Amino acid sequence: MKVNSPLEVYKFLPQTNCGDCGEATCMAFASHMIDRSLKLEDCPPLLEDKFRKKYLKLAELLAPEIREVIIGTGEHAVSVGGDDILYRHQLTFFNQPALAVDVWDTMSEDELTERIKFINEYKKFYVGRFLKLDMVAIRSTSGDPDKFKQAVTIAAGNTELPLILCSLDPKVLKAGLEVVADRKPLLYAATKDNWQDVADLMMEYDVPLVLFSPDDLDTLKSLAATFLEMGREDLVLDPGTNPQGKPLRESFENFLMIRRAGIKEGQHEIAFPLLAVPMTAYLANDDPVSASYWETVLASVFTVRYGDIMILHSIEPYALLPEMHIRDTIYTDPRKPVKVDPKVYEVGSPDKDSPVFVTTNFALTYYTVESDLASNDIDCYLLATDTDGLGVEAAVAGGQMTGQKVSDEFKRIGFDFSEMTAHNTVILPGLAARLQGDMEDASGLKVKIGPPDSGRIPGWMEKNWPPE
Amino acid sequence: MAKKIKLSELGSLFNDMDVESLEGVTIEGDIELEMDTGGGFDPQLAYMLGHETAQIARHLINISRLLGYPVDQLFGSIAQGEVPGVTRPRQLLPSKFEVGRIEEWKNPIQEVILGATSSDGGTRKNTFTLGGENALPYYFDSPMPHRNHITMDVFDMPIGMAKAVKVNYEDVLESPAEWAKKVVNDFGADMVTIHLISTDPNIKDTSPREAAETVADVLQAVDVPIVIGGSGNPEKDPEVLEKAAEVAEGERVLLASASLNLDYERIAKAATDYGHVVLSWTQLEINAQKELNRKLMKQCGVKREDIIMDPTTAALGYGLDYAYTNMERIRLAGLMGDEELSFPMSSGTTNAWGAREAWMVGSPLKEDSDWGPREYRGPIWEIVTGLTLSLAGNDLFMMMHPGSVAVLKEITQSLHGSLERDAVDISDWVTAEV
Repeated sequence: MKVNSPLEVYKFLPQTNCGDCGEATCMAFASHMIDRSLKLEDCPPLLEDKFRKKYLKLAELLAPEIREVIIGTGEHAVSVGGDDILYRHQLTFFNQPALAVDVWDTMSEDELTERIKFINEYKKFYVGRFLKLDMVAIRSTSGDPDKFKQAVTIAAGNTELPLILCSLDPKVLKAGLEVVADRKPLLYAATKDNWQDVADLMMEYDVPLVLFSPDDLDTLKSLAATFLEMGREDLVLDPGTNPQGKPLRESFENFLMIRRAGIKEGQHEIAFPLLAVPMTAYLANDDPVSASYWETVLASVFTVRYGDIMILHSIEPYALLPEMHIRDTIYTDPRKPVKVDPKVYEVGSPDKDSPVFVTTNFALTYYTVESDLASNDIDCYLLATDTDGLGVEAAVAGGQMTGQKVSDEFKRIGFDFSEMTAHNTVILPGLAARLQGDMEDASGLKVKIGPPDSGRIPGWMEKNWPPE
Repeated sequence: MAKKIKLSELGSLFNDMDVESLEGVTIEGDIELEMDTGGGFDPQLAYMLGHETAQIARHLINISRLLGYPVDQLFGSIAQGEVPGVTRPRQLLPSKFEVGRIEEWKNPIQEVILGATSSDGGTRKNTFTLGGENALPYYFDSPMPHRNHITMDVFDMPIGMAKAVKVNYEDVLESPAEWAKKVVNDFGADMVTIHLISTDPNIKDTSPREAAETVADVLQAVDVPIVIGGSGNPEKDPEVLEKAAEVAEGERVLLASASLNLDYERIAKAATDYGHVVLSWTQLEINAQKELNRKLMKQCGVKREDIIMDPTTAALGYGLDYAYTNMERIRLAGLMGDEELSFPMSSGTTNAWGAREAWMVGSPLKEDSDWGPREYRGPIWEIVTGLTLSLAGNDLFMMMHPGSVAVLKEITQSLHGSLERDAVDISDWVTAEV
């Protein structure tokens, strides 16, 4: 964005402190514009005709440096780009990189359907939600428009995820567009050789487009400038992803340079989302495990440094899990609290014979324990004791979790063991085993020690619950 | 003849006058632009004019809109964004990509040498230099003077470890010296870390003297620079590391570690007395890191070239976001002139094995999709954890799995630009049969 202080935004606001946005003052609203936690449209008066000019001016000033491009339609549409910073501590990155897994048009219908089903359904629970895949990239390996059309038809019929149509042959792309243009697929790609025909398709079908110029940023910028001249802003740039050696370093530098030009230098013509193709790892590795590993490595590098879409080939869980996690790592909002409310949570439908577990209020710890319990149908009470957002091991070492403090937490919350349980027993995490004596003294309860990892609670329950 | 102005100038004229709309002005009939090319045909000029025409046409549309002319209705049938009546550029608009360097990165990271050869009073065959960067790692602003290095873990007693790790060490678990040889000779470790964990009073309470013998054995067994780690027990570590430092005198080992929760002065003194480097360890807190570094320098008299930092490594999925950002902030602060943070960094990448994704047979959650074989999951967890921190500026990696070490070396040296590999044609990746 072109402004960096609330005052600069405030100048253009109605300055009535009407409170319609939910904030007490226009200045407070302005600061939410700077940290991007509210939208301009959240200010109702600003949308009135008399403020139209100010609204438009603000919209221009507040637009993110990197354009936001939307692929797909409806609830599965994916936004990419939209960033304003180069390092996550400066604010946060917006719009997680979209993970697109490939299919190709020489697959049999059964293979294609099965692979797409896998892409649709792959998920991993993490901190209260599921990590998932986002898109399907359909590659024309046959070069035959009819075959491509057929593959696109099957793919479209089996997934609601946004699609990327991949071919450098405009005739092939057109065949795909004839089937799915209304779903706003991402077109891959225009190059220095085919750009005029691809431009026709983009205009005719009104879809977003990738510009592909491997290892040549002058041409990439020319392409972008040319499409901008035609009035298109829904562009994604692919400067090429070389899989190894010095060319890989050059690809890495290209991502850095383009993003720096866009964000730090405000070079409008190159300020678009970036697409990386970690699957080029397969061009350099014959062994499938090596290729899959290397693809994960490339995806990680370009997730940390500015890739906004990843085209992936491996569907091995050992590739997908770290890819989904590194994306979450880099795009987690560092401003968000990482604590849950310290209180006693009910998991399932606990009664007087149900166990009472203790964990900390660090969100990651809490959700891990909670999901392990819920997923295994263990009805219980779970105290998220206030450790100021530290995990068990650190809180025990640092004194934020002691027998006295845990005991006091139950009292503060009003959880009375003699009333709520028939067993008068509390279970501490295995990593807090050394608090057992303290806890007994402080609380007068029976104290049992659970396993060091909550994933092992079901096995532990078999041996240790109900208490003798 | 009336003064001619370009339509683009008309647009800016309106802007300057703060005009939103003009009353009583209508545009009628076809919109025509006549361009006088001044006779003679110059293809370059014609092309430039074509470009200009397109721009003018777009301005014209905008101005017509401004004037209240119903252009949108007129062109209603045309896809949004397309400018009617304008042929797109017949060739790519010429453009040159350029970007500047970061001027604020003025302060180089301290260079620190690990190990000492006979010419420097030690017995190591080689030394390694860490640090010296003038930019974030692998950035084009300034070449990274030294590649990343990997030190592999050796323990002074058999310990519990993930199955995928353990299979590599079953034959050497009882002998730290053999273990050290194995990681250097078979697994390509640049260095060895000997962890004296058995000294913890809650484990074996091995005496400092006995622990020092283990250090001597390892120094005898391998000729690479080494790292000496305590047990993490804040009461015992100072005396253990003092003895270890003494027996390794002159070898310029990395002494791990000084922290705010133990008697860091004794660790610092052991390092300076016997010619070693101190690892300054804090827990994910940039201000604590500044404080400890300051104390080591000002209070304990440790020289700048004798400090490496460990700002703490959390595993992928278990706080790596904090570890990554903490390191990146530290490195950026160092480059921009914070002398209390401009030191090389070290990561306990082995921590990645604490993530359940690295070692569990499968997900404990029924709702999760299949996690696949853990033999492959564990090493990649260690790789991605280390790789992410390498991008934040980490220099030295403490690792465990030989496969992870090989891959991390490959990627960090590729990004460093020091690996020759065959060029691969990526221009037609779309059609690749893989």
